[in-house]
Amino acid sequence: MTNASSSQAGGKPEIVTLERVTKRFPGIVANNAVDLSIRAGEVHVLLGENGAGKSTLIGMLSGLQQPSEGRILVDGVPTPITSPRQALALGIGTVFQHMMLVPTLTVAENLLLGGPWWQRPKSEELEARVAEISRTLGITVNLHAKVSDLSLGEQQQVEILRALLRNSRLLILDESTSMLTPKGIDDLGALMRRLVEQGLAIVFITHKLKEAAAFGDRISVLKLGRKVGEISPQRLRARSENEIIVEIVELMFGRKENDPEEQDRVARAFPVETTPLLEVRDLAVPATATAPGLASISFDIRPGELLGIAGIDGNGQKQLAEALAGQLATSGGMVRLAGESLNGLGVGERREKGLRYLTDDRLGEGTVGTFPVSINFFLKQIGTSPFWRKGVEQRQEIDRRAGELVREYDVRTPSIKTPIGRLSGGNIQKILIARELAEGVKAVVFNKPTYGLDLANTLATRQRVREVAARGMAVLLISTDLEELLSMCDRIAVMSGGALVGTVENSGDARTKVGRLMIGLAA
Amino acid sequence: MSVETTPASATALEPSLPEGGRGDLVRRLVMTLGPILAALVIAGCILLAVGVNPLTYYGFVIERGLLSPLGVQQTLTRMAPLLFLAAGLIVAFRAGMWNLGGDGQFLLGAVSAAAAGPFLVQFLPVWLALVCAFLLATAVAMLWSLLPALLRAYQGVNEIITTLMMTFLGTSLANVLVKLAFLDPSTTVPQTRTLPVEDRLPRLFDTTISSGLVLGLVAIVAVHLMMTRTAFGLKLQVVGANPRAAVHSGLGVPTLTIAVFAISAGLAGLAGAVDILGVQGNVRADWNPAYAMAVIPMVFLARMNGFAAIGFVFLLSVLSIGGESAARRLGVPHHFTLVLVSIVLIMLAVAEYIDHHFIKTRRV
Amino acid sequence: MTGLFSEVFLAALLFGAVTAAVPLLLAGLGEQMSEKAGVLNIGIEGMMIFGAYLGFVGAYYSGSLWLGFLVGALGGMAVAAVMALLCVRLGLNQIVIGIALTLGLEGLTALLHHFQFSRSYPRLPAADKTPIPLLADIPVLGPALFQHHLVVYFAVALVFVMICIYRRTQLGLNLQAAGDKPAALDVAGIDVIRTRTIAVLTTGALAGLGGAYLANVGAGIFIPFITNGAGFLGIVLAMLARGRPLWVLFGALLFGVCLSLTTAMQVAGINMPTDVIQMLPFLAVMIMLVLFGRKASLPAALGLPYERGAR
Repeated sequence: MTNASSSQAGGKPEIVTLERVTKRFPGIVANNAVDLSIRAGEVHVLLGENGAGKSTLIGMLSGLQQPSEGRILVDGVPTPITSPRQALALGIGTVFQHMMLVPTLTVAENLLLGGPWWQRPKSEELEARVAEISRTLGITVNLHAKVSDLSLGEQQQVEILRALLRNSRLLILDESTSMLTPKGIDDLGALMRRLVEQGLAIVFITHKLKEAAAFGDRISVLKLGRKVGEISPQRLRARSENEIIVEIVELMFGRKENDPEEQDRVARAFPVETTPLLEVRDLAVPATATAPGLASISFDIRPGELLGIAGIDGNGQKQLAEALAGQLATSGGMVRLAGESLNGLGVGERREKGLRYLTDDRLGEGTVGTFPVSINFFLKQIGTSPFWRKGVEQRQEIDRRAGELVREYDVRTPSIKTPIGRLSGGNIQKILIARELAEGVKAVVFNKPTYGLDLANTLATRQRVREVAARGMAVLLISTDLEELLSMCDRIAVMSGGALVGTVENSGDARTKVGRLMIGLAA
Repeated sequence: MSVETTPASATALEPSLPEGGRGDLVRRLVMTLGPILAALVIAGCILLAVGVNPLTYYGFVIERGLLSPLGVQQTLTRMAPLLFLAAGLIVAFRAGMWNLGGDGQFLLGAVSAAAAGPFLVQFLPVWLALVCAFLLATAVAMLWSLLPALLRAYQGVNEIITTLMMTFLGTSLANVLVKLAFLDPSTTVPQTRTLPVEDRLPRLFDTTISSGLVLGLVAIVAVHLMMTRTAFGLKLQVVGANPRAAVHSGLGVPTLTIAVFAISAGLAGLAGAVDILGVQGNVRADWNPAYAMAVIPMVFLARMNGFAAIGFVFLLSVLSIGGESAARRLGVPHHFTLVLVSIVLIMLAVAEYIDHHFIKTRRV
Repeated sequence: MTGLFSEVFLAALLFGAVTAAVPLLLAGLGEQMSEKAGVLNIGIEGMMIFGAYLGFVGAYYSGSLWLGFLVGALGGMAVAAVMALLCVRLGLNQIVIGIALTLGLEGLTALLHHFQFSRSYPRLPAADKTPIPLLADIPVLGPALFQHHLVVYFAVALVFVMICIYRRTQLGLNLQAAGDKPAALDVAGIDVIRTRTIAVLTTGALAGLGGAYLANVGAGIFIPFITNGAGFLGIVLAMLARGRPLWVLFGALLFGVCLSLTTAMQVAGINMPTDVIQMLPFLAVMIMLVLFGRKASLPAALGLPYERGAR
């Protein structure tokens, strides 16, 4: 394993250096003796899967956390970064994965946040500076637009602009591409290039190998809190993109293989006459102030078929899932499961009919964090026998069945009485899957099922999804990970602006077609 | 956009969860007794400030409330309405609803019972008259909670404000009813007709303890069992712990909301009825013992556990009865009880903070 | 005989309405600032009653109403400081602490009053009224609306000061960010806790001042529980006003009319039971909430303590 950090003379100046930085939380070591050198004029990619410790490192660089051990040097001087304000003063600007703009204020007001509280906001000065930066870098923003009206890509541009306005020398981009179209990702890459040409240092965090290989000048690979390797600019220039990917895979997983997330999909044939198991016709949901609506969505899923929903987050996918589940009131359209209309049925009734919904928000709505594992298994079946008889709880029945499910789905938990909030994301997901696949399942809506999971759990979850389809259920898989959809689905539909803009068979050039649909072109 | 709702159980004061261990028990004892002791000390300083010896005061409280035979009986009698109120609060708080309308519901229940009781005993057997009076009190109190319940269930309006407003309204309405509608013309003091002593709730055996105590104990145990052992109770707890999960799980949240308010208010109305039909016999004008507010800290101290609540309600009762005696002997008005109880609540919140931040949660 | 629409009644009603509105206005403006910043300040009733008590004591022993107002405002601020420490800094539940503070201070002031004044029930001399030139000469309306104690004019002017703060200053932006998305404020380098503390302390000072005005000018005396829900009415005003100070003013006047109906009717010789009239302001509140409750918008981060780096 390559562990050499190239610090040869003649390289670009180091702005920020991390020396043996370690961060511990109760029960976990998030970062373990990480050495990192960030240089001006370079795009330094931090690559690692979920749980590798990338976000914690960023937290320490932005002043949100402090290292348990080790030190951070700025311009060669050991400097504890104790608050976001200090990080800004040192020239470190961060664009976080989750938007850090105030939605009810305008772009200009957001950019003006941070001045001393007794002053008038200096709007003219701001306009002048923004105009200047826009000119040199080609970023365009409407200063008077309310942030909640902007698209996610535009919001990201505002955040980058904010970092530049603060005279950042180091710009940290945390998983910035998850909200972008393929074209938007390319634009971001070009912008990063222009920025480093002007002498900025950029730290680009991602878990996607292709992006790392395409955009990085230097790549540091993180795995389970440790830095397992670094690829210097010389090597990056010398090798082709595919060679780099192979090298990275070897660093991350210790064996020569292609991207482990890729798996050969066996194309399946569905005879045209098969009656669809799940039919959706002209489903419509009114838009609200904070959420998009749905416009006349129609699709079919045949038994055993895996239909994927691609699209950038926030284009109505969540609303579609909730409308199907019965959580969101519709203003029109029809949903039919196994020939029976679900219109007018509530959440519980739809579930009973066999339509199951695995939410992406595990702790926010999928579980009650303080309740034990056993109860969470049956959260959607409260009052039903044999777990409740005449309204009274049958503790032994619940415990018995919960124990069985824990074994069957390989859930790691100290006991079935442990509050579910204490379990890791992967284990919680297993419980949710077990819950939704309980007796009577006919169709399942999976909303971003592998989001936030580490590789092992991601693969296990995908396997479960395939199994569900293999058993003859209708499966709707909503995901923002295009590779995931391409590796699993029979057909892929694209959502944009609350409407289904096209459906593509998953064969051959599906990737291109889907990409085109996502940016508004015809497939 | 509707008003943010802040679930009562989304505090650091979590309902009691099953967790074993001896060390855990010690920790819980300290976390419960600590705030009480701290509050006694701080309140004691306030007594010093007004020139009263705190030890003397506490001495009188214990002497009358706990040690004197007559006093203990009064303490136990006083527990009856408090237990009903505690039961009502447990239901509401565990379901995440801040029912702060207890005092208004209490008074209207009391007035209803005071009006119905003396009237019905004239032509119904006593036991039937009392049962009807209880039912009426419950119904009236439930109705009084309907508006806040509907506003919360269907408009998302924060119930803290609505129930508080209904309390002010209810207190005035109760006064209007006493002074105008149900006024006893035969006395000069403005009050309702008095229920004759022999028609009130029977006493227990040879003591002066009202049988209302038994009713109160039944109520709180029933509520506890309902919350911990039934599907309905579990549904309420889900709504309280994570309202979004409740929606996701298909629980009919608006219906449950109205049910919770109805039960909570009904119990508060019963508290009023049990006090009138068991002890007071009538409602005097401008009478407002404000029990519901004083019970709130007790319910939190008990971590919403019904059995623990019995113990803390007993302590509150001792303080209440003993305090009345100390008021006569030392000139310290009963408002001191309110002060002491509020300090307990603050100390409890601080204790929970210390507990939470020094006992980290671990991920598995 | 005088009646419901006589001059005497109208004048008494309007004058009383303004007087009754001032504590509500101050409480409402204060609560509005707290809520904008994301703090649900249920303890405001406690701040008011403490301000009323201290204001009265200060004015009584010193002979100066202004000293009373100052002490009242400081007292309210002291309570707010406790709230800021426990809820904003430590993150304890705002509702529990708010209820505890309100109950405790109501009890405490009643207790202190018992030991100090329950035998004598002293009154303060009637407060000076300062007429606005010209406007005060309008028949009927003039003395009713434009001849009040200086604090009244201060309170109305404060409405416009607030508008200016919210729209035109950095502080206004910071407050709104603290309430809508505190994480954004933190990342911008501003201390969220300090911003919220400023808001809470201001609320305390205004509520304390409102209480002091109620005791010293409105009633001329302190009796236990004299605020009788004025603080909570302030919360309602802030809720319904949706962030606009001017609406707090209108709402306060509306409730002020309801509150002053008792005295006005007595002056006009109409006999209606006090208890019935006392129900009116709360009835008005419930009607308003039924009509407009759904639209009452509150900042997204309301009631949630801010923890840096919390997921």
